[in-house]
This record gives sequence, structure tokens and C-alpha cells, in this order.
Amino acid sequence: MSTATPAIEVKAVRKTFRVKGGTFGTDRHVVAVDDVSFAVPAGGVLGVVGESGCGKSTLARLILGLLEPSSGEIAVEGQRIADMDRRARARLIQPVFQDPFSSLNPLARVRDIVAMPLRAQGNIDRAEVTRRVDEMLARVGLPGEMGQRLPTELSGGQRQRVAIARALVLRPRIVVCDEPTSALDVSVQAQILNLLSELRRELGLTYLFISHNLAVVEHVAAEVAVMYLGRIVERGETDALFRKPEHPYTRALLASVLTPEPGLGVPDVGLGDILPDPANIPPGCRFHPRCPIAEPRCAVETPPLKPRPGGGVECLLAP
Amino acid sequence: MSTANTVAVTAGPRRGWKSASTWVGAVIVGIAVICAVAAPMLVPHDPFAQDLGKRLLVPFWMEGTDPAHILGTDQLGRDYLSRLIWGCRISIFIGVTVTIVSALIGITLGVLGGFMGGWVDDVVLFAVTTRLSIPVVLVALAVVGLLGSSLNLLVITLGLLLWDRFAVVARSTTMQVRNLDFVAAAWCAGCSRFHILAREVLPNIASHLVVVATLEVALAILLEAALSFLGLGVPPPLPSWGLMIAEAKDYMFFSPWVIVIPGVALFLLVLGINLLGDGLRDQFGASADR
Amino acid sequence: MTALLEVEALEVGFAGGTAAVRGASLTVERGETHCLVGESGCGKSVTALAMMNLLARGARRSAGKLAFDGVDLLPLSDSAMSRLRGDRMAMIFQEPMTSLNPAYTVGSQMTEVLRRHRKVPQRMAVDRAADLLARVGITAPGMRLGQFPHQLSGGLRQRVMIAMALMCDPQLLIADEPTTALDVTVQAQILRLLATLQRDLGLGMLLITHDLGIVARVATRVSVMYAGEVVESAATAQLFANPRHPYTQGLLRSVPVPGKQRRDEPLGSIPGTVPRIGAGFAGCAFRERCEFADETCAQTIPRRSASPGHDYLCRLPA
Repeated sequence: MSTATPAIEVKAVRKTFRVKGGTFGTDRHVVAVDDVSFAVPAGGVLGVVGESGCGKSTLARLILGLLEPSSGEIAVEGQRIADMDRRARARLIQPVFQDPFSSLNPLARVRDIVAMPLRAQGNIDRAEVTRRVDEMLARVGLPGEMGQRLPTELSGGQRQRVAIARALVLRPRIVVCDEPTSALDVSVQAQILNLLSELRRELGLTYLFISHNLAVVEHVAAEVAVMYLGRIVERGETDALFRKPEHPYTRALLASVLTPEPGLGVPDVGLGDILPDPANIPPGCRFHPRCPIAEPRCAVETPPLKPRPGGGVECLLAP
Repeated sequence: MSTANTVAVTAGPRRGWKSASTWVGAVIVGIAVICAVAAPMLVPHDPFAQDLGKRLLVPFWMEGTDPAHILGTDQLGRDYLSRLIWGCRISIFIGVTVTIVSALIGITLGVLGGFMGGWVDDVVLFAVTTRLSIPVVLVALAVVGLLGSSLNLLVITLGLLLWDRFAVVARSTTMQVRNLDFVAAAWCAGCSRFHILAREVLPNIASHLVVVATLEVALAILLEAALSFLGLGVPPPLPSWGLMIAEAKDYMFFSPWVIVIPGVALFLLVLGINLLGDGLRDQFGASADR
Repeated sequence: MTALLEVEALEVGFAGGTAAVRGASLTVERGETHCLVGESGCGKSVTALAMMNLLARGARRSAGKLAFDGVDLLPLSDSAMSRLRGDRMAMIFQEPMTSLNPAYTVGSQMTEVLRRHRKVPQRMAVDRAADLLARVGITAPGMRLGQFPHQLSGGLRQRVMIAMALMCDPQLLIADEPTTALDVTVQAQILRLLATLQRDLGLGMLLITHDLGIVARVATRVSVMYAGEVVESAATAQLFANPRHPYTQGLLRSVPVPGKQRRDEPLGSIPGTVPRIGAGFAGCAFRERCEFADETCAQTIPRRSASPGHDYLCRLPA
């Protein structure tokens, strides 16, 4: 077990949003992330999977420093991000977002988009900025003349490459990828995933890879965490977890993956019709209303974390 | 295209630069701007020169016209065409300066409120609501009535009263843009708030603000004409079209052209600005959707 | 027995010269699910809209044949077409939030569909609506009828869309990416529902998607579209077992399958991007990205047959 400082360390982080009820309603509290703790070792890839309302995007924004946790601490390479100045944090951790159309300023040229983090540092001279931008554009497979184009002139895959170039131009240690290929076509997705893997190996990066697509996560991440309504309900090594999932939600997620193998039909995932609502978290085990094997005590007792090699599972019925 | 059964569906209504009405608006505004800028060179006579011997001469389409005064003269013998052109200069000047002042106030408030949220936004919204509760014309009248009428005072007063649409549009567009990923990326990249507002947010809301600006120019011009008509706008002898209409009131039935000409000019200018603004909105609206 | 839907050589062009569809042909039989699969910009959605005559203004459509249950659709007037739409041919879309009118209750939107096409009293229409909501797995249908779209989740809204499409007992259901906007677990439920309904009601279904997983699990026949053309068409098992067109092969290689590739191995991918096709384009649209391309690919491409019912558009032999 490595005792080196983990690249990302999240300790008991909680994030609540207050949704105003207007003049007549009461204010509601939405617990988007509920007491989440984990660590990602340097050079590793942690995949985070879950469906809408599970809090994975909120978690990404907390780690990037875009949101402040309501409680708990987040540390990046041993330093608390709350204590860090934004420019120092920019040198350590950068994002790649989902939507290639809205993640680039439509009025800025590609060169300027990629140069932005360098210029924001304030102490890099222009010649150096130009050199590093050129280098990065080439690294992500964009020809030099692309630098003069506007994002509207590029395809989804090319824009995502620009986003990756922008993220890596400061040579950060950690990249938070929030569904980086979900909005891309299948053939382009493969190109971008390959690029991300190559760059990670070359530059020794750590990835936090968020996706709802389990097949992609399985390909990309050595460890995976499954989130449901703000908590991590199961975590462990990807191969082991996918082969033998313990939590009923993980099992349902895996069962619903439609592999391109004809003749197998559509599986019965076995969940009810109840919508998971982060504003109304069920008591006891938060998954119990939809769980196919729920017992009466699941509605009352909160499941503790049962440790497993590489992670753990939160289910009352797990051994 | 192969075989039979080709169904040709007609194209939709022409928008933006392809629309005839936009070009009409652009031409009208173009003429007005030229008149405004080049007025000293264009006026055939001095608009302030009175000639009581040549009062109320008729314009060119009526009998007994004097070729030196194409649009006739007013009740003090001043050349009407010259006064019209000079009046255009005043209208455009007022329209543009008032819009600049109100844009500076409104956009600053709107962008700050939209971007910062929280109490800043609450303050901005309160300011907007307060401003909307104020009857603009009455306040303008009161200020001018108390402090006397002058061009500069008028510009400042109207500028301080007409910023609400800028603020509201700036605020709502800023709020939309603020949630887009490229703003988050700029934040993560370490850019300062000022840089984000100036380089990421503002350029992306500019097109909407330009449309508001054209409408505000029209509004300012109309408001000034109304105030001048009431005698509490531009001080005479400046030939504001509103003032010309007021002065022509007494001669309406005997020399109708004196009131019709500035009225029609005002109508055409405001129409032209609105048509151009509509066209701009269609144009930018179309390209705003990627 | 005539096929339910027959399309031959469909072409759609937009103002400005873009040829969105350049010769698509497909057939949907009763009781069968035909999947039209392709990536963004390939023209699959436009094909469906063209069939239903729902194209935007400024679009031009032509076809060698476009027939629904033997009825020629091409010369039909707008009013004749709108009598068919919603009645015997129904369509559901990708975004249930924008497909349902947020200002009206679910019940009123559903009964409107039925009463538009059949002369039935309101009472009967309401009963049928409640019936269908139950059919699609919605509990407490009576209460749901009185709710507004924003009060329902994405999965529920999509079920309502499906129920609404079935109000007049259609023979053909066209579904354009019906599950793309939904969570993965909900997607499985909706697809199972569609399969059950199809079996019970004998529907013919044209399902448009970009997801090869859905195609494999749900389709009887598949047509693969690229740059406005159907480049390969086969029974599902055939397509996955023996893809002949290089694009289909590349597509299948790009899909990550759990357990099938090693983590440090790159995924198969197709280099380059989809070209924009203007008027007067000749030859194979895929040739810039194809590893087997040669000069003959710039000329007219023959449609070959790999086996009965399996054809593809490529110069390469079967």
C-alpha cells in the first residue's frame, strides 16, 4: 500500500443547496453530496458513475474549487484547496467538461482559448506562451492553422481536443473529466478516449473520470466509485467490482448496460418507477424504495460502510 | 434530384439583412446620421436666422413657393429645411448620448448583479424595481422645471432615468452565460473576475445589448420630443422637432405643413430605428443559436 | 402482404445546397423493429421527418417511392397527411420535455390526439387515455391525467409520449432517439416497454438511434447511415456477425464492450471527420477515412449483396 500523498483527498465532504420556495413555499434543502470520502493515488484514474441526481457533477465542481463544500475538506497533492490561491490551484488541477459547444468561448480564437490559463498566471512572457500553445495544439492532434479558427468552425471532436489542450497547457497534475465524451459520436469518442489515455501516460497525470457510461469507465479507470443520491454506495477496483458487484444499485446499473451483442434482448433491470429526488432523500438506506431485495430494516437503519479491498460497499444486506 | 414527385416547399420569411424592411430602416437611419454629422455643411440657410419679411412661405409642393426655401419657412421666417436638418442633429445627439449614459449605468448594474448573485443581485433588482416605479416624464419635467432647461441637463436626466432595460437584459443574459462551461473553465484557469467579465461574458452578451441600444435611442428621441413639445426639453431657439411642433400648433389650420413636416420626420426616424433594430435582432438572434 | 413502410431513393435537400439525405431506401414490415443507426449529421432524423412530411420550410424532398401500407405518401396534401399522422403513423421524439406542451395537462393532450382523428365522446377518450397510461406502466393513471408535464420525471414523460402515440392504435411507430436523454436504468425499462407493446399490438417500428447496443438488443433489421446514404442494410445478427462496409466495421470496433478489451489498449477508432456533402458529390462519402479506398471509390459505387437481405454500398467484394 503506497503511503505517498494521494493526488486527491476528499474528507467527509457535504454540499447542500438551499432552493428558495418563493413567497408562499418553504425553502427546501437539497443535499447534493452527502458525507463523501475517498482518495485517488497519484497517477491513478478513478471513475465515478451514477445517474442524474447522484451528485457526481457537484462533486467534480467541489474538487475543482468552483463550489465550496458546506462541510468537510478537499486536498489536492496534500494542500487544502480552500487555502490555495486560484492561480496556484490552476497549476495543479484543471477540468475537461462535457459539452464541447458550451465549454469554449464562441467568440475567442482557438489560440487564445488555449493561451488563457498561461496568460492568467501573469508571469509568463509572450514568446513562451506562444511556444507552449503551439506545442499543446500539436500534442492533441490539431494542425497549427487551427489556432486561428473560431470554435464554431470546428467539429465536436476538434473542440474537445481544444478543451483538452487548454486543460493541459499549464501542466497540471490532475484533470477532472466530467463526461468528456458523452456528447460525442461513437467513433469520435474512441479517438478522444485514446488521446486522454496517451496523454495521461506521457505526462503522468491523475484523472477523476465522471461518466454515466459504464463501458467507457471500465475501459478507462482502474478504480471506480458508484454514486447514488449524494453518497458513494460502492467503491473498488473496476475489474473486481464489475465482475462481482455487491450493491443492488451497482448490479442494476451493470444489468442495464446494453452491449452490442445481438440476440440477448433487453434485460429487466428490476427497479421500480420511483424517481430519485435529491430534495427528498429516503430514510434509512436511500436506495430502499427502488431496491429489489430491500427488507423492512432497510427503511430504518442507515447502512454502514463495509470495507472491501480497494474500497467498500454500503448495504445492510452485504456480508 | 431524381424522378417525379419533387415537393418544393417555399422558403420562410426573409429575415435580418435579407429583409427589405431592415434595409429601409438602415437607409433612414443612415440619412439621419449624415444629416446629424454634416448639418453645418448641409443646411442651405442659418437655421436661427429670422426674416420677418418671409414668414410662413409655402413648401415646394404648393403654389407660390420660393425656390430658396424648399420646405418653406416658419412663423419667424426661418428656413424650415435648415431647421429640420438641425433638428435631426439634435435628435440624434440626444438619442446617442442618452443611450450611452444609460447603457453605462444599466450594463454595469446588470452585469454585476447577474454575475455576483447574492446580495449584489438583490440590490440591483431593488434599484431596477425602484426605477420602474418612477414616472419618467413627470420626473424629467420636475427636474427641468426646477433647474431650468439645457441640453446637458436633459441628457443627464434622461440618461439617469432610462437605464432599466439595459440592466434587465444585461442581467438575464449574464446569468445565462455565467452558467456556461467556458466561464467555469476560465475560473479554473485562474483568470481574474475582471478578465472573465470583460473578455468572456461581455462579448457574448453584446449582441443583445446592441439591440436594446437601438430601441433606447428611439425611445430617447421620442421622449425628448415630448418634453420639448411641453416646453420643458431643449431650450429655444434650438430647433428640436418637438419644439417645432409646439410652435406650429398655433398655425396648424392655416399653414399645416409647419406642423406636419417635423411630425412626419419624427415618425420616420423612429420607425427607421425600430426597423433597423428588428433586423439586427433577427440577425443576431439567428447567429446566437450557434 | 405489402410492407408497412416502403421508402426508395429518398432525397432531402435544404436551402443553401446541403444534401441531407442522398438516396435512402428501407422497408419496415408489420411486427418488426427496423433500426436506423448512424452518427450525428448522417441524416437519420431528417429521413424520419421527411417520411412524415414534417420538414422545415425551405427543404426539398423527393423519392422514387414512399408508401405506407400501400398508400402513396408523396402526392398527399398537407391535410391528408395530417389525417394519417397521429392516427395510423405515430412518432415520438428524443426530448420529452419539449415534445409535451407544458401549458396543458397530460390528459388533455392525450385526449386531443384521439378526438382529432375519431369522433368519440370526451368520456371515452379519457378512459382510453387512462387505459394506455396503465399499459405503459404508469401507476395511478387517473391522477397522472390531471398533472402537467413538469410534474413528471423524464422517464415518466417518455412513457406518456409513448401512450399518446398509441391513442389511435397506429400501425407504425417512428421513434427518434427515444431514450438518449434518459438515465441508463430508465432506458432499459423504456426499451422493454416498447418491445412488449410491439409484440402485443403488432406494431411496426422504425427506431432511430446512434447507440449500437440498442440496435443489437432490439432490432430485427438494421440500416446504417453515413453522410446521407444507407451504406449497409441487413438483419441484426448478420450485421454484427459479418459487417461488410468499412464504416460499419469501424463503428463496431469503436464501441467499448465491458470485458472485451484491455485497459491499456487503444479503442479502435475511425480517423478524420464526417465530410459535408454539397450538391453534385460523386463516389463514396467515406473514402477519405477508409483504409481500403482507391481511385475507383471516386466513381459511382455499386450496391452489392453479401447474402439475401444483406446489402452494402461499397466496391469491395462480399
